[in-house]
This record gives sequence, structure tokens and C-alpha cells, in this order.
Amino acid sequence: MELPDPLLTEKQKSFSVKSDMAHWSVLYGVSGLFALICAVFLITVIVSSIPAWRHSGFSLLYGRTWSQGTNSFGALPIITGTLLTTAIALVFAVPIGLGSALAIVHLLPSKLRVFASSLVELLAAVPSVVYGLWGLLVLAPWFETTVQPDLADLTDHHFPFQAPYEGVGVLLAGCVLFVMILPMIVALSRDAIAIVPREQFEGALSVGATKWQVLKKVVLPAAKTGIVGAVTLATARALGETVAVALVIGLNPLFPHGLFSTASTLASTIALQFQDATPLQVAGLGALAVILMALTAIVNWFGRRLIRRSAVRANFI
Amino acid sequence: MTATLIEGVPKDPMLERRELIQGVAHKTLSRRMLMSRLIVGSCGVAFLIALVPLFAILYSLVRKGIHWWSIDFFTKSPQFPSLLDPNAVGGISNALIGSLVIDGIAALFAIPVGIVTGLFLAESSSRFANLLRMTAEIMTGLPSILLGIFSYQMLVIGFHEWGIKLLGIGFSGLAGSFAIGILMIPVIIKASENALRSVPFTIREGALALGARNGVVARKVTIPTALPGLITAVLLALSRAVGETAPILWVIGASNIIEWDPRHEMASMPYLIFQSATSPYTSLREETWGIALTLVVVVLIINLGSRLVAARLQRERR
Repeated sequence: MELPDPLLTEKQKSFSVKSDMAHWSVLYGVSGLFALICAVFLITVIVSSIPAWRHSGFSLLYGRTWSQGTNSFGALPIITGTLLTTAIALVFAVPIGLGSALAIVHLLPSKLRVFASSLVELLAAVPSVVYGLWGLLVLAPWFETTVQPDLADLTDHHFPFQAPYEGVGVLLAGCVLFVMILPMIVALSRDAIAIVPREQFEGALSVGATKWQVLKKVVLPAAKTGIVGAVTLATARALGETVAVALVIGLNPLFPHGLFSTASTLASTIALQFQDATPLQVAGLGALAVILMALTAIVNWFGRRLIRRSAVRANFI
Repeated sequence: MTATLIEGVPKDPMLERRELIQGVAHKTLSRRMLMSRLIVGSCGVAFLIALVPLFAILYSLVRKGIHWWSIDFFTKSPQFPSLLDPNAVGGISNALIGSLVIDGIAALFAIPVGIVTGLFLAESSSRFANLLRMTAEIMTGLPSILLGIFSYQMLVIGFHEWGIKLLGIGFSGLAGSFAIGILMIPVIIKASENALRSVPFTIREGALALGARNGVVARKVTIPTALPGLITAVLLALSRAVGETAPILWVIGASNIIEWDPRHEMASMPYLIFQSATSPYTSLREETWGIALTLVVVVLIINLGSRLVAARLQRERR
């Protein structure tokens, strides 16, 4: 803008330059605000846990007793409970979710496909507290009177299946988590499978492979990244699920001694022990929050990378 | 005339190989078909199993929840069961209004921040933008209880160090809005970035060529074109926010009366479900189904709305 431009008046020139400045300053300002909130969030959660780290040191990570009354903060049983419930959920959700995704893309007629997809996505929209309610009021009595005694009889009351039958506990929490992460796995891996070009599927069929051979040798390898990403994101969700698990885990800060025993998870402990906690106890829960944040952030970051590489549009999660 | 007819000349190796393959393929065909049928069948079974919890939940919700719906249920505030009247549970109007106020305020500040940040991510490719995108993605997946702790420390407790007293407004609806709003922002960012990116660049170039500046192009061209996508983004975030319990668990306190003022303790639908599900009173536990049905209907209406907008968008594109 060194030479005078005869077509623009002075007022127009200054206006247009300013308007561009205004545009970018608004964009940078608002997104900077979001970045600031995230930074303050990170710092606040970490700072709020400092008294607990000062009180217990790193035994917070490997200590074996968590007792709020005596201010002993050892998160190992709680971390164990978190990992155990997530593992149970994944054991059920991965095969069933993957099978359903394959069924939706390659088995169902196209009219039914859209319907089935929206059913699954609606299931993903149901709030987690409703899953917890269902687990507590419907599944727990059924587990207590039928599922747990039957399982115990079937396995002769061996290690993971011994009494007492309480309904709530690790197994029930795992099952509720399974129901919760299933729609996520189905929806994301369905997208990953649907991205594989139809021509590849038909080409493999035309040289004489059976449907399963095509799925195994062509479709699944091509969709692998997206599927692993879907499972990773679902893992992160199961690790961090709060309210549904809090209702059905039975909150018991001891090591689970079997599948029927009550236990606790990081998020559910934070949710339930907060009421009438002293400032030091709040800091202890803050330390759990830091562990939970680190765990889920790493798993999530990994999953997002995989999902992005696979070009699945994870819009709704 | 195949090669085998001529004496002394070896068989064509290609032909031999083809025959071998055909033979093997023929012999294993039934086994492969059986295997395929078995596995494809079990995929179908897996799909049916996946549908069981869906219908079980819907069945429980509707069967045990629908008979709670009445005028009183939606207009009265809750009552606690007493020895004289163990079935008196009152209504949920306080929770309905609480949810409305909390989520409304959250949306009020989450929508502009989310959409403008989405616009920034769609238009800029700087390192800051990439970092921000990654942050937003990780924030989407973080457990929402962490936001509850954040809001508790920031707004409920506040900052009282070095002689400065900042915030510290106590248990209030506002603290809940803050947590819910931060939960909504990354969801809106992600979805609105996708919507804004899908605006064809030629349209924006056309406007730029007419002499419009970036700001004008964004306001007058990009955002109006992407509007259905943006509405979908907002509704999606809202349908997630309405059902979230964990972030407000620490911060909104409790209230049994109708409360419009967000500076006071409030009730909220998901929190009320959590409370009454663990209540010692049978009647309150049963009432939970009525509240849960209401919440699910609200969430599904918002969610279906976002889907309808998205479907309409796709129809127009075609």
C-alpha cells in the first residue's frame, strides 16, 4: 500500500486494513481464551493435589491402603479396580462391537443399515447416569440372585467366582461399561470398515475368496488403524467413566478379591468421597484426578492419532 | 491341442500350477464356505447381542417411567417421603428449571467461544492452531469429573493466596454452568471446524476477489454457508451437556425449591437421578425412572434435531 490507489478513498483503505486486523485479533483472542482456560484447568487440578503429594509422596502411586478417615492415600487398589473394570468391558465389547460393525456394513441390506446405525448412535447419546441407574436397579438384583450364583456353581466356586453375591461389584461395573462403550466401538469401527473401497471387497470375492476370507485378508487389514483407534478411544472412556460406575461398583477401596467383590475406580472415588471431605482429603482426591488425567490423556492422544491417520470422522465423540 | 498330447514334451508348468490351485480350491471349498458361514453368522449374532441392552434399557425406562408423567410431576417441587405418607415424592420442576438455567448459561458462553475457535482452526494452519486442535481433541476425551474439580477449585473455593481474594462464589448453578460450558467448548470446536472447512474454497475466493476482507468473508460467506453444520455442532454439544452428571456433582450443591437465580445452589436433572437412585426410600428410587425417562426424551429430541439438520444439509448438497 505504498502507492496511492486512486480507486480507494482513504476511509475505505483504513477501514479494510483495520477490518482484517479486527478479524484476526478476534480469532486469536477467543482461541487464546480457550487455550488459557485449558492451561488454567491443568494447573488448577495439579496444584490442588499438591498437599496430598506432600503428605504421602510417591506412595500415592503404589501405596496399598486408601483410607480417607486416617488420611492414608495409596491409590494402588483403586488403580487396580479401574484397570480391571475396563478390561472386563473390553473383553466383551471388542468382539461384539467389531462383529456388529462388520454385520452393519457387510451383512445388512442397505435400508436396514441406516436404521441400525442410527439405533447405535442413539444408544451412544443416552446419558451415562441412565446406564448407571439401569445397572443399579435392574441388573444388580438379577446379578445377585441369578447370574452370580449360577456362574459360581458352574465354576465350582473357584478363584474369580467366589461368594459373597452382592450384585454390585467389579463384574457388574464391567458389564455396565461394556454396554456404554459398545456404541462407540461399533460406530467408529463401522466408519473405519465402510471407508475400505467396495471395489476391493468385490475384487477379492471375484477371485473366489469366501466372505470371511475377504473380511479377514482385505477389509480388516485396511481398516486396522481405525479399529485400533476406536478401541483405544473406548478404553479412555471406560477408564474415566464416573457416574455409571459410581452407582454399581459398591465403592470399596480395597483390592478386589474376585469378580464379584466390590471395588472402586479412580473416577468413582473422586465422585463419591468428595462429600464431607477435609481440605487434605480433597487434595487426595485431586491426586487421584491427576493420575486419572494422565492415564486418560495418554490413551486419548494415542487413539486420536490413530483415528486421524485412518481418516474416520469422529465427529460425535 | 494341449501340451500333454505330444509325446516326450513336459507338461506346461503354468497349466500344472493352475490345476493344482483349482484342485486345492475345490477340495477346500466346502470347508472355507462353512468357516465363512460360521463367522459371518456370529457377526450377525454379535449385532443382535449388541441390540439387547438397547431394548432392555428402553423397555425399563418406558415401562417403569411413563406412569410417573403427570402435570404434578412436572410442576411441583420434590417432597420427602415421611412415615405418614411414604409415597409422597412430589415433582421435579426444580430440577427441570435448574437444568434449563445451568445448561442455558453454559451454552451462552460455550457457543461463541467454540464457533470462533473452530473458525480459527479452519482458517489458520499455524503451529498454535495445530496445538489448539490437539488440545481440544484431548479435552473432549477427558473424564468430565475433572472439570468438576476445576470448577470447584476455581469458582466454589476461589483463589485466596497472597492477600488476593478472587472468585469463591460458593456452591452455585453458575459453577455448574462453568464446568458444563468448558465441557461443551471442545465438542463445538471439533464439529464446527469440520463444518466450516467443508465450505468450498471457491465461494470464499469469489468473495475475496470482490475485495471483501477476511472478516467480512467469514461473517457474510463462510458462517452463513456452514450454518446447518454449526447448528448440528451446537445441538450435539448440548445433547451431551444436558445429560452430564459428573462435572456438576461437586459444585451445584442441592436445592429442593424452584430456584431461578444461578448464584444460588440449584438442582439439576442428572444430579437428581444420581441422588434418588441411591436413596433409601423405595418410592424415590422408583421415581428415578420417571426423571430418567424425561432426561432421555430431552436428550434424544436434541440429538434427533441435530441429525435432522445434518440430513437436510446432505440433501441440499446433492
